[in-house]
Amino acid sequence: MTGARAWERALVVAALALACALPFALSGFRAFQFTQVGIYAIALLGLNILTGYNGQISLGHGAFYAIGAYTTAIMLDKWNVPYGLTIPVAGLVCLVAGFLFGIPALRLEGLYLALATFALALAVPQILKYFEHWTGGSQGIVLSRPEAPAGLTLTPDQWLYFMTLGVLVVLFVLSANLLRGRTGRAIVAIRDNPIAAQAMGVNTALYKSLTFGVSAAYTGVAGALSAVAVAFVAPDTFNVFLSITLLVGIVVGGLASISGAIFGALFIQFVPNWAQDISKAAPWAIYGIFLIVFMYTMPRGIAGSLKLVLNRLARASGGAGGPV
Amino acid sequence: MPILSVRDLTVRFGGIIALDSVSFDVDEGQIVGLIGPNGAGKTTLFNCLSRLYTPARGEVLFDGRALLERPAHRIAELGIGRTFQNLALFPTLSVLQNVMVGVHCRTRSDFLSNALRLGWVAREEAAIRARATEILAFLDLEDVAHHPAAGLPFGTLKRVELARALAASPRLLLVDEPASGLNHEEVAALAKLLRAIRDARRVTVLLVEHHMGLVMQVSDRVVVLDFGRKIAEGPPVDVQRNPDVIRAYLGTAERVGAETR
Repeated sequence: MTGARAWERALVVAALALACALPFALSGFRAFQFTQVGIYAIALLGLNILTGYNGQISLGHGAFYAIGAYTTAIMLDKWNVPYGLTIPVAGLVCLVAGFLFGIPALRLEGLYLALATFALALAVPQILKYFEHWTGGSQGIVLSRPEAPAGLTLTPDQWLYFMTLGVLVVLFVLSANLLRGRTGRAIVAIRDNPIAAQAMGVNTALYKSLTFGVSAAYTGVAGALSAVAVAFVAPDTFNVFLSITLLVGIVVGGLASISGAIFGALFIQFVPNWAQDISKAAPWAIYGIFLIVFMYTMPRGIAGSLKLVLNRLARASGGAGGPV
Repeated sequence: MPILSVRDLTVRFGGIIALDSVSFDVDEGQIVGLIGPNGAGKTTLFNCLSRLYTPARGEVLFDGRALLERPAHRIAELGIGRTFQNLALFPTLSVLQNVMVGVHCRTRSDFLSNALRLGWVAREEAAIRARATEILAFLDLEDVAHHPAAGLPFGTLKRVELARALAASPRLLLVDEPASGLNHEEVAALAKLLRAIRDARRVTVLLVEHHMGLVMQVSDRVVVLDFGRKIAEGPPVDVQRNPDVIRAYLGTAERVGAETR
C-alpha cells in the first residue's frame, strides 16, 4: 500500500511538472484547449463529489456551470468587477443555489433525482433568455479576454492556462482534504448505506445538501473560468448536452476518484475532436464507439484501471507491497 | 433508575399492529435478551429505538430523556449504538474506515475545517484512528483492518458491525441477531464477547436473538414478545418454564431450552 502511495505521489509531481511546461511547448490554440481541460476537470470534480462519492446522480450540472458563467459575465459586463474577484463570487452563488436545490432533492432517490436535475438543465438556458436585460437574451454577453498582469511575460492564452491551473490545484487540494477525513467518510457512508450512516450519527439531510452545494460551487467556478477564458457566454452553449457530457466525463474518468476528473476532462475535450478528424460525416458515431470501447476495457474508469496498474507496479518493485 | 424505559409502545403498519402497548425496563450493566417467534416485533422495537420508525403511541426514556423527540441521527450521541440483522456496513470503505465512521457522533469537524485541514482536524483524525484501532484490537479484527468491508466471512462482518457500534462509546448497545450464520464455536466466542462488552467496557446490552442457547446463557433478564405483545419477562430460568412462552414457540408444552439450533 505504501508502495502504491509512493508511485501515486511521484505521478502527481510529474503531472504537475508536465502541466507547468505544457503551455511553453504548445501553440496558443493548444494551450487554450488545455485550459478548457482544466476547466472541465474542475467541473467534473464537482460532479464526482456529488455523484461518485455521495451517490446523488445529477443530469443537470450544466445548469450550475451556466449560473457560474453568467454570474461572472454579468459582474464583468455590468459592474466592471475585476475578473479574479468574480470567480469566487460565482462559486459562492452556486454553493447557495446547489444547497437550496439539494434540500428538495433529499426526497428524491436515484433515477428520480436524475430526472429532477435534468429538468434543471432544461430550464436554465430558457430562464437565462427570459432575463434579457441582464443576460443579453439569446445573443449572450461578449466579454474581453484578460491580459497577463504586467510584469509577467505570458501571452493571454498562457496566462489563462496558468490561472486555471492555479484554481484547479487549490480546489483539488481542498477536495482531497474534504474527502479523506471525517466528512469524506460520512459522504461515502451515505452513498453506501444511508440508514446505517444515520445510525452512526451522520446528519444525512445536512450532509447531502452541503455536498450538493459544494458540488455546484466547483462546477460554478468552472463555468466562471470558462466565461473568462472564452470571453463569451450564450444560453445555448449550456444546454442539456453539456450536462450529459459532464456525466460521461466522470464515468469515463472514474467514479469516486479525484484524478478521474482529469482523465475525464481529457476525454470530453479531445475525443470529440479526434472523432471529427476520423469522420467528418459521423463524428458522434465515432465518439460513441470510443465511449463503448472505454467502458468495456475500463469498467471502473481510467483512474480505476490506473490504480490497478499502480498497485501491480508497487507489488512488483517493492516486494513487500502489502495488501491491495 | 433503569437506563432504558419503554412505555406503552405501539406501532401500526396499515392495519397490522406490529407492537401492542409494549412496556419494559433495561437496567444498567445488564444483558437483556429480547426474544420471540418470527414477526413478534423485535426488530420493529429496535427500529423505534433508533428512530427509524415513529410509534403511533408510547414513550421511550433513555437515561431519563425522551428518545422519541430526537431525529435518527441524534440517537448515537446519546449513547445508543446498534447493529443490524442483515449487515448494514459501508462496503466500499475498509474495515478500519467503517469503524472510524462509528466515531462520527463523538467528533465535530465540519466541511470547511476538513477542506482546510486545520491543525485540530488533523489531531481529531488521529484520535479517531487511534480509537478505531483500539476497538479493532479488542474484537480481534486487526488483520482485516485494510480490507474492504465486503467479501469477508459473514461472522467477521458481524464483528465489524459490533466494532463500529462500540467505537461510538455507547452506554446501551442494541444487537440484532449476532449469532445468525455462526457455527457452534463461533457462538461460544460470541457469548464470551458479549459478556466482555458488558463487563470490561461497561456497556448495557439489549440482545435480539433466535439462538436460545446463547440468549439463556448470557442474559441477565429476558423479555418475550409474541405477535407484538409482551408475554413474559424475567430471569432466563423462569422464562424458559413459562407456559405462555412455551406455547408461543412450540404450540406444545416442551421446554424452550430444547429449541437450540
